[in-house]
Amino acid sequence: MLQFLIRRLTGAVVIMFLIGAFTFFLFYTIPQDFAQLSCGKNCSPENIAVIRENLGLDKPITTQFWEFMRGIVAGRDFAVGHCAAPCLGQSFSTGDFVWDSIMDRFPLTLSLTVGALVIFLVIGLGSGLLAAWKRGTALDKAVSGASMVLSSFQIYFLGPIVLGLFVYSTGWMENPKYVPFLDNPVDWAVALLIPWAVMATIFTAQYTRMSRSTMIEQLQEEHVRTARAKGMPQRYVFFRYAWRGSLAPIVTILGMDLSGLLAGGVVTEFTFDLAGIGRLAVESSLTKDLPVTMGVMLFGAFFILVLNIIVDLAYAYIDPRVRLA
Amino acid sequence: MTSPIEAEDATASVALDDETPAKSKAVETDAPVGRSPGQLMWMRFKRDRTGMITAVVVLFYFVIAALAPVISSLYGKDPYTLYAQEPDYPFLLDDFAMPSGSFGGISGEFWFGVEPNLGRDVFTMLLYGMRTSLYMALILTVFSVLTGVIIGMVGGYFGGKVDYWLGRTTDFFLSFPSQLFFIAFMPVVTALFVSPTDETPTYMRAVAILLVMWFLGWMGMARLVRSSVLSLREREFVEAAKVSGASRWRIVRKEILPNIVTPILVQGTYTLPSSILSIAFLSFVGVGFVEPTPDWGRMFAIGAEIYEQDPAFMFFPGIAMVVFVLCFNLLGDSVRDAFDPKTGR
Repeated sequence: MLQFLIRRLTGAVVIMFLIGAFTFFLFYTIPQDFAQLSCGKNCSPENIAVIRENLGLDKPITTQFWEFMRGIVAGRDFAVGHCAAPCLGQSFSTGDFVWDSIMDRFPLTLSLTVGALVIFLVIGLGSGLLAAWKRGTALDKAVSGASMVLSSFQIYFLGPIVLGLFVYSTGWMENPKYVPFLDNPVDWAVALLIPWAVMATIFTAQYTRMSRSTMIEQLQEEHVRTARAKGMPQRYVFFRYAWRGSLAPIVTILGMDLSGLLAGGVVTEFTFDLAGIGRLAVESSLTKDLPVTMGVMLFGAFFILVLNIIVDLAYAYIDPRVRLA
Repeated sequence: MTSPIEAEDATASVALDDETPAKSKAVETDAPVGRSPGQLMWMRFKRDRTGMITAVVVLFYFVIAALAPVISSLYGKDPYTLYAQEPDYPFLLDDFAMPSGSFGGISGEFWFGVEPNLGRDVFTMLLYGMRTSLYMALILTVFSVLTGVIIGMVGGYFGGKVDYWLGRTTDFFLSFPSQLFFIAFMPVVTALFVSPTDETPTYMRAVAILLVMWFLGWMGMARLVRSSVLSLREREFVEAAKVSGASRWRIVRKEILPNIVTPILVQGTYTLPSSILSIAFLSFVGVGFVEPTPDWGRMFAIGAEIYEQDPAFMFFPGIAMVVFVLCFNLLGDSVRDAFDPKTGR
């Protein structure tokens, strides 16, 4: 198990480095003068030269890359002061350290994605199980039909509808906002309830369908039939034999969906006007604030890798073959 | 003991019994007809009612998108004119710049209502927005599928070092947070073509969107094709072709490709709606198409902004998208079932 974890972690570090290198060179080799951009139109050549030096753009690209990478591990010094260890550079436009801006926004993104993840896994897998258990009945048809329709909905369409129902017209709930978890966990959950529900609905529908079909597949397996033939109680067969087997493919898909989860978080932010790292990415991208855009990209990749390792661990727990391999 | 599962099995066998006499009768009356896999697929597909209905609906969307200019000229409006400022329509918007008619200002003149603030016609906006999205998604799907198929085939067929490195590259690109990547790279790619002081023309934006999405759009297909080719490569008929002296190109084209058409087509059917959603995502967050290009995704951005005052604006674009995605997904399932009757739903 430990070996498995170590192997995954080394792989993650290598991937992070490659993504960093790839993004960095693509970003900084495009024929575009950022000093010119941040200086404006009526800018004397001397000013541009000063800005270029301040931003470190006068150095060769490999030196810039080396400094960037070293900054992530060891920190780095800027004109405004020292930038502590995971240093992703300094914003071109505001001068803030990128890491700090990301950390300002990240709690919201984390709350949104992980909260929705938990909700849609519980409800999705649960309703899929129920549909498979009652296969062929009206309940099954209702669940399958509803999930088919709901999975075609979009966050940016469903979100305003839910807002309209629960906030604007009835006033039952307040507009979603972010309350830090440590300040007040209850308020935190209440304020994020609508975004969670909307985001989870879309994903739930997909996981219901998946969980139902893998479960039905598993129930037709030989070992399940044997268990039944031995006279084991239905419930025992269902959960101990079929369910565990049906989880493996779902977890695999979940691992591939994580990037979609982050994307869902970004759309949810925009739908409910919340400020998370998605909004940071878009703002910086529109103002061509490359260090911030790059930092958010890397951080997003890191976040997904971490979630992926957790998913892999879950996979190893569910499927013993993975542990032994 | 009758469990629901057994009951299901029972109906399945009844259906089988029904079919067998019909088949044997056909054999009795006329000589056995040889049918190509494509014909068989078409026959099965024709029998699938959901598949036929959804196919018609999807086709309808494409026809509407293609005929958008014709329809809008018959209808007499376009998605760019600010009708609220036209003297012909004096009371289109009220003092708060919201549509003055009920339900988003729907009337005989404006079938789907009027856009708040600017007073454009929602019907033609949606029509042209769908046109933009569908065209883009179609091109994107073709590009991604072709790239994926080529890379997957090369990897799967040549194997060894080539396969190893192509596989690693695929995995590497799969580990990118794709939507953040799109957001981050849109301005960068645009900057490749347009100097920052100039206005970006719409077609350049379209090219940038296509390039960015194409870049991260082929991996799923490559993996699928690679694994299919890998298992086909060892089959007897490929070896037979090799022994009989067929060239590599011929084997790939005549022996392997026809056998992987099914998964490619099915995957392609699922890729198209997801491309539409990705493009809509970009426009929704504000890095895709910008005003005044009509775009499906941006209609949601406008709609979300003014939803509290005018919820009706979002209705038609939203319903249109839900129906489209739903039908395309159902169509994908039907195509899969028609090609491969073994995988039941």
